[in-house]
Amino acid sequence: MKKTFRFPRVGIPLLALIWLAVTTVPFIFMVASSFKSQEETFATSVWAPPGHLYLGNYAAVLKGPFFTYFRNSLFTVGVSVALIVIISAMAAYVFARMRFRLNKVLFGLVVAGMIVPLHATLVPIYLLTRNLGLYDTQFALLGPYVALSLPVSIFILTEFMRQIPRELEEAAQLDGCSPFRIFWRIFFPLSGPGLATVAIFNGIGLWNEFIFAYMLTSTSEHRTLPLAIWDFMGQYASNIPSMLSVLVLTSLPLIVAYAFGQERVIKGMMAGSLKG
Amino acid sequence: MNIALSATPERRLRFSSQTLVTVAFLAPSLLLLAVFLLYPLISSLRLSLLDWNGLGNTARYVGLTNWARLAHDTVFWQSLRNNVILAVASIVIQLPIALALAVLLEKAGRGSRVLKVLYFLPLLMSSVAIGVLFKQIYDPNFGPLNVALQAFGLDGLAKDWLGDPHFSLGATIAVIIWQNAPFYMILFLAGLSSMPAEVNEAALLDGASEWTIFWRIKLPHLQGTVRTAVLLSVLGSLRYFDLVFVMTGGGPEGSSEVMATYMYRTVFSSFQLGYGSTIGSAMFLIVITVAAVSMYFTRRYATEV
Repeated sequence: MKKTFRFPRVGIPLLALIWLAVTTVPFIFMVASSFKSQEETFATSVWAPPGHLYLGNYAAVLKGPFFTYFRNSLFTVGVSVALIVIISAMAAYVFARMRFRLNKVLFGLVVAGMIVPLHATLVPIYLLTRNLGLYDTQFALLGPYVALSLPVSIFILTEFMRQIPRELEEAAQLDGCSPFRIFWRIFFPLSGPGLATVAIFNGIGLWNEFIFAYMLTSTSEHRTLPLAIWDFMGQYASNIPSMLSVLVLTSLPLIVAYAFGQERVIKGMMAGSLKG
Repeated sequence: MNIALSATPERRLRFSSQTLVTVAFLAPSLLLLAVFLLYPLISSLRLSLLDWNGLGNTARYVGLTNWARLAHDTVFWQSLRNNVILAVASIVIQLPIALALAVLLEKAGRGSRVLKVLYFLPLLMSSVAIGVLFKQIYDPNFGPLNVALQAFGLDGLAKDWLGDPHFSLGATIAVIIWQNAPFYMILFLAGLSSMPAEVNEAALLDGASEWTIFWRIKLPHLQGTVRTAVLLSVLGSLRYFDLVFVMTGGGPEGSSEVMATYMYRTVFSSFQLGYGSTIGSAMFLIVITVAAVSMYFTRRYATEV
């Protein structure tokens, strides 16, 4: 009895501290080493903090095409998320409110799309993108990104819209509002928190997406940030501090966004994960 | 302002505009899903019947030859085995860690805000960034891990983590757990937050220990969440790709190969588009079957959360 009582008291805080170290030490190593010059990495221990803040790695990386990757990420993720939010909200409204025979079946099929291993679609999507002439253009990723995010987004928003009280739309119907207007004037605005969840969940996922971007684009003109790492890796194979400064720079945008809205982001991921 | 007194035309109008909305609002979703999800899956099955290097009109129909080859392909079975090992490790190691952290954060309440924020960080990084970072950390000569082990006189434990077939899979799985544990922590935290506080207080008043409360009250309350977590872990593990691809590429000697990386290598390194599609389709069929069977057999544990 005594033993069982004590374990959680000591064990769990200990685990909390160990996990804190496990989580943060890699980040600290990444940031600290990115401020060392290459000579310093060879001369001192990897664990030694940088002697002074050397900014040469960052300067070299930022002189390269880094901002092109960044702009491509902004465009691709921005357009994708906007389309995902609008398209999935429209579908969710139908699934949540319209009565028609195939409603349940279609909804079930769409939701089943969440289980599909996306890599099984990789080869056909690659061939399709080539045939459509979209390979290595800034539009190459939009179709797959939007489509493959729809199942989970429609699921989250349908659940959300089912909670919206029916009285609101009934009142609007009596006033002669068409379903179009009911959607734009009532459901879309009232789904704000749900839409934010969908935007955050997919925004983070797509910002970090790698394999489709790797497959469907080939030049830095059209590649997104995760591929900046991949492309720089070839260039800086032997220059570890520069490589790590690329990692810091690519991770920074999301971490800054997170710093401004931790609760929102955690809630978004929480809702997204629950429904997923 | 014009309230129709005769019900019929008004109803007919509403009926048709409802149909219009149903069709118009579903069309973009269904169209995109048909083109980028349904068609690729069917197309992949079709490609699995071909012998094709992906270039020009050299494709040759070979029937089920690829599938017969798959059945005897030791690399494929090895990679499926690695997927299963990953699934087991996720359930046995990752979920208990995540659950313990969630219980801790929930108990500590507001005081644990900073912890929660920091634990969450790996979820914001891309898999490429994590993979490249840990390749550095695992570096046999200059990596901080081995340097630290040697500093503590544990030279014997300093391995070529990713280059040695005995350790490559385990070392990769450790990073996968590092990346995903916070996700499950958040999931469990959501489950715990839906538990009424009174239950906890009543049990404490009755003299129940924290330990008893966890096993008798919190865990049973979480059964639906645990089910979700196990299902997500299994399905996520069977289709896993990212960190294996970035860190080891499946090597050395296929020791860390999973189905998705094997498919990728077959298509884009060996240029066997037909056989690669067979592997992809097999992965799809395995995942769908496992999903259907496991959801069916665990449905009695399903709860709202």
